[in-house]
Formats: sequence, C-alpha cells, structure tokens
Amino acid sequence: MVTTFVFVVAAAVLLVAALIAVLKNNLVHAAMGLVVSLFGTAVLFVLLEAYFLAVAQVVIYVGAIAILIVFSIMLTRRVGAQWGNQTNPTWPFALLAAGVLTVLFALMVRGWNPDQALPAAEAVPGDVTARLGAALVNPGGYVVPFEVASVLLLAALIGAVYVAWGGRKAEKSTQR
Amino acid sequence: MLWQYVPIAILLVLSTALAVLIVLLDALLGPRKPTFRKLSPYESGMVPIGPGMRRQPVRFYLIAMLFLLFDVEVIFLLPWAVTFRKLGLFGLVEMLVFIAILLVGYIYAWKKGALEWE
Repeated sequence: MVTTFVFVVAAAVLLVAALIAVLKNNLVHAAMGLVVSLFGTAVLFVLLEAYFLAVAQVVIYVGAIAILIVFSIMLTRRVGAQWGNQTNPTWPFALLAAGVLTVLFALMVRGWNPDQALPAAEAVPGDVTARLGAALVNPGGYVVPFEVASVLLLAALIGAVYVAWGGRKAEKSTQR
Repeated sequence: MLWQYVPIAILLVLSTALAVLIVLLDALLGPRKPTFRKLSPYESGMVPIGPGMRRQPVRFYLIAMLFLLFDVEVIFLLPWAVTFRKLGLFGLVEMLVFIAILLVGYIYAWKKGALEWE
C-alpha cells in the first residue's frame, strides 16, 4: 500500500523532527526541526485528502511562520549569551501526563468495536477547494466571516507596524 | 490522487540526496590540513569584529510579519481563484472589498516608512 508507506515515512520524519524541536538546546536547530515537522503535518493532510489544508500548511506555516520564528530567535538572543537549557524543569510531570494520555488512548482504541463502526462520512462531491471558494463569497455562506477576517488581518498589520515601528516617525520618507 | 505528488516527492528525495552527497564527498575526498588561520572565522579577509551571531535589527521582524499577513491573504485568494469565473461579478466584488481593506494596512505601513530600508 502506497498510502501506508507514505504515512509511515511521514509520521517517522514528523516524530523525529518534533523531538529535535523539543530537545535541542540550540534554538536555531530546534526551529529547523519545527519546520520539518510542520512539513510532515502537511503530508498527513494530503493523505487525509485535505488538499487545501495541506497548501495552507505549507504556505503559512512552513513558509511564513517558520521565517518569523527564525527572525524572532535572531532578534531576541542577547549577544554572547550562553545556550540555555530550553527543557522545562517540570518535564517529568509532562511525561507522566503524556503517558496517562497514551494509556487512555490505547484503552479507547482497544474498546472500539470495528463491527459497530460509525457510518462513513459522505464524500464531499467535486473539488473541495472550489467549493470552499464558492462558500467564501456566497451571501448565504461565509461572506461576513470572510470580510471580518480581512479586518482582523488589517488590525494585525497595523498592530505589527505600530509595535515594531511606533517609536519612530515617518521622518525617513519626508526627508527625501 | 497520491500520484499527483510524485514530482514533489522526487524533488524532496533528490534535494536531500544531493545535499547529503555533497557533504559526504567533501568529507571523504577533501584533504584536511587544519591550521590556526584556516580554522579562525573568516570575514572578507579582515579580522572579524564582534561575534558572528549578533542581534538583527527589528526591521527583519517587521518584514517577516508583513510577509506573514499577506501570506494569509494569499491563502484566502487561493480557493477563490480556483473558481472565480463561476463566481461571477459578485465574487469579484467580494474579493476586491477584501483586498481593499488590507490595502489600507499596506498604505499605513508604507506611509509609516516601514517598507523603507534606509
């Protein structure tokens, strides 16, 4: 099965990259691990036939968020600061919680009776991305959330410019 | 459906293999006679000033943030662009309103001088 093979490879890469992101003391290496694990998530989205989500994952998370994280590391690290230990000292408790969750999940999966499976979700007809596009601009669909999202982005944009640039006035452009 | 992604898989495998191969060949074939001069940091032939990793100006953050926001805008454009002929004039107007609202932020950033690079 090609799907199973791709899933196993993607999941293995994702897990290793996620461990690198969590365990590495070098923040830049951790960020690179995070990028790879985000890309692995995009592969999982493709396997789930969520093509639009996969594209969004690559464009926004692998593309933009990763750059933002790397820039943030370069911005904030103090000159000459030692590589700190980034592991939270309460990690044994986190391990305990994760272990309990794993046991609970295992019990849940074991208790699941495949014969009484839920009816399969109906396949979405046609191109999912095209349907999403139609719903976004349909007055009976999501046109108001769509335009409100634009206002939200505008607020974030102005906020970012104000926070990062607020102290200076626009003297650069007036001098010319 | 998964076969559509074969080119991406080939690209991933080839680029990874090429990177590994280059590093590996260099480690295997390259002669290694390290001296103090060779191991010291190199900065265009001059004696390096300060550490190699220093704090970057906040401008980089601003550019990354602007890129992120317009990237999210592109993601909204994608599903619309797939079917924009079917959506007709109303869909076009909707998207123009969406872009116009963001254009206000773009002009604000521009007027603030956030896009200037000295």
